Amino acid sequence: MEKYLYLALFSPLVGSLFAAMFGAQPKKLITGIVSSALLFVSLFSSLYLLYYVVTTDSIVHVKLFDWINVGDLAIPFGFVVDHVSVIMMVTVTTVSALVHVYSIGYMKYDEGFNRFFSYLSAFVFSMMILVMSDNFAGLFIGWEGVGLCSWLLVGFWYKKPDVTRDVNPSISPSWAANEAFIMNRIADLGMLIGLFLIYWNTGSLQYDVVFQDVSALNIGLVSLIGIFLFIGAMGKSAQFPLHTWLADAMEGPTPVSALIHAATMVTAGVYLVIRANPIYSAVPDVGLFIATLGAFVAVFAASMALVNQDLKRIIAYSTLSQLGYMFVAAGLGAYWIALFHLMTHAFFKALLFLGAGNVMHAMDDELNIFKMGGLAKTMKWTAIMMIIASLALAGIYPFAGFFSKDKILEVAFDSQHYILWVMLWVGAGLTAFYSFRLVMLVFFGEERYKKFGFHPHEAYWYMLAAMAPLAVLAIIAGFFEEGFERFVTSILPEYHFHVHGITVVALIGVTTLIALGGIALAVYKYSRGGFSEKWKENPVYQLLINQYYIPVIYEKLFSKPYAELSRIAWKELDLRVVDATVDFIANVIYKSGFKGRVVQSGNLSSMLKWMVIGLVVLLILVVLYSPVR
Amino acid sequence: MITLSHYLVLTAILFCIGLVGILRRKNLLMLFFATEMLLNAVNIGFAAVSKYYMDLTGQLFAFFVIAIAASEVAVGLGLLIIWYKRVGSIDLDTMQSMHG
Repeated sequence: MEKYLYLALFSPLVGSLFAAMFGAQPKKLITGIVSSALLFVSLFSSLYLLYYVVTTDSIVHVKLFDWINVGDLAIPFGFVVDHVSVIMMVTVTTVSALVHVYSIGYMKYDEGFNRFFSYLSAFVFSMMILVMSDNFAGLFIGWEGVGLCSWLLVGFWYKKPDVTRDVNPSISPSWAANEAFIMNRIADLGMLIGLFLIYWNTGSLQYDVVFQDVSALNIGLVSLIGIFLFIGAMGKSAQFPLHTWLADAMEGPTPVSALIHAATMVTAGVYLVIRANPIYSAVPDVGLFIATLGAFVAVFAASMALVNQDLKRIIAYSTLSQLGYMFVAAGLGAYWIALFHLMTHAFFKALLFLGAGNVMHAMDDELNIFKMGGLAKTMKWTAIMMIIASLALAGIYPFAGFFSKDKILEVAFDSQHYILWVMLWVGAGLTAFYSFRLVMLVFFGEERYKKFGFHPHEAYWYMLAAMAPLAVLAIIAGFFEEGFERFVTSILPEYHFHVHGITVVALIGVTTLIALGGIALAVYKYSRGGFSEKWKENPVYQLLINQYYIPVIYEKLFSKPYAELSRIAWKELDLRVVDATVDFIANVIYKSGFKGRVVQSGNLSSMLKWMVIGLVVLLILVVLYSPVR
Repeated sequence: MITLSHYLVLTAILFCIGLVGILRRKNLLMLFFATEMLLNAVNIGFAAVSKYYMDLTGQLFAFFVIAIAASEVAVGLGLLIIWYKRVGSIDLDTMQSMHG
């Protein structure tokens, strides 16, 4: 089995290195094909490992080599394929293999074609390390690796110049990339502190050792560890207040948004909470905090998606909102449901983004959905797949989202956190509304694009073919629910429902009702030309379109003062104090040398004179300070 | 009665004369003479102290100084003669080819 583990892990790395060899050269189709093929190797190895774990119910645990061995600290490069990581592996490799194939078409005319595939495969490799590592240190390496690749890929079109916030809320790709990277550094500090606390108190970073020892620790300490680890998860999974980077990360190429900023990397935070479930199970209060924050973000992000006019940003906010749902489930102890939603969400959200990529291609990279409309005529297949994904996202039976999202709502209701349930319920309605607002504005209604001179066309067949498996999964993934539960609960804690029968049915009914209501409202309103322009003057609209003014507040509150502080440190402190001191010392030495060089007259008499003077001075000193008197 | 102090005073006087010679003289040959005075002043000091403590080490040391002074003068005079043949002068003020 080790062979398949290594195949799954290292094929993306090989693909990345292969593409990197041609990094600076003009487009070579071979890089795309080879790296995609290697991704399929990784996918099939992961599927085989899944088959192995399912049939034998045993886990694969290998130690590649000792990595750090200092004193008591022993961190091996170990990898584990257990019930949780194999699910993650399959999800990650499925989505990334399809996104690789899709990218061959999407990036066809891009001059950075080879570079793109190098980064993309490197990302998959980092993500595989993250999910397969058997210790927190390995997880952290993967964690930083995906952060780096995210930075590289968000800033992929780094040559685009900065513009003001009114023109483009994300300013420029390089700005967005830096924002994402810096926000994640802030969160990573929290995570590192968490890891240090774990090591100090348990003396190990291996999952099995840590989780065994955690029950013996002081409850306050465990809470602290849980909180710090969650701060790390908040950054990676873009939870409030570290959420602004995710929407701005949409500056990257669309396949990147599909793979990294929807399906895989952003779910790493959820994965961390799921993986560290013994820690969070021990401290339900921290779990409740996570759930509350998740529910808040679920509604908060959905509200911003309601009014946005940017195709990708709407989907990005929906990702944020769905991550909130996952955290609710994870926070309330229903880890397997969080993992289930993570998986189904990866499928339909990647599909949604790839569909958005097709639309962008057709519209020459135009993103304003108010300039589209009626695209279903020219882009039939894209429209169908986007509708499937939107239905799944809205949580309509029998699509995947229905099963996972409804379960989360059930958990919230079942654990008697009715406020959370109401928030999520409202969030479900909002989700349905904005999803179908997008679908209606893009694919149906008046063909507004004609006014702007666009000539849309359907994407290449292989791009659609790459999306098709995701569409199928978005439809059927939900039916694996029971098998999935049985499978992952062999290592994750089970969640026992207290409510049964009629209540559950009622809950499902109520949730489906609001989702259908949202869809109906969107379809009704936007098939008749949408809301009136007067709404735009409404302060609520202004608040939402400006993202609650949070980016502006951050800029005023943190960026500007920090820049000012840096300027002061540079101009006042560094130049005036540090540099001046160093320059002064140098000047003194230089000038004294300049003045003193006349001593070296070359005249033996005068040199002897100086020597005698020195001798006399030394003699006087000896006489004055001699210890022997 | 001539005591140790007398010898040491003589040593000091001779040493000072030598020192002044080193400082004031411009002729290189005179400089060698002055150096000899310094060394021999010290030699007298050594011999006197050695006699005073009834310890031969000092006198032994004086012999060393004499031997080294002799070799030093031999080398120095050799160089001096070559210099004189080349330049035609052994005045110190004309020997300032290197200065800062």
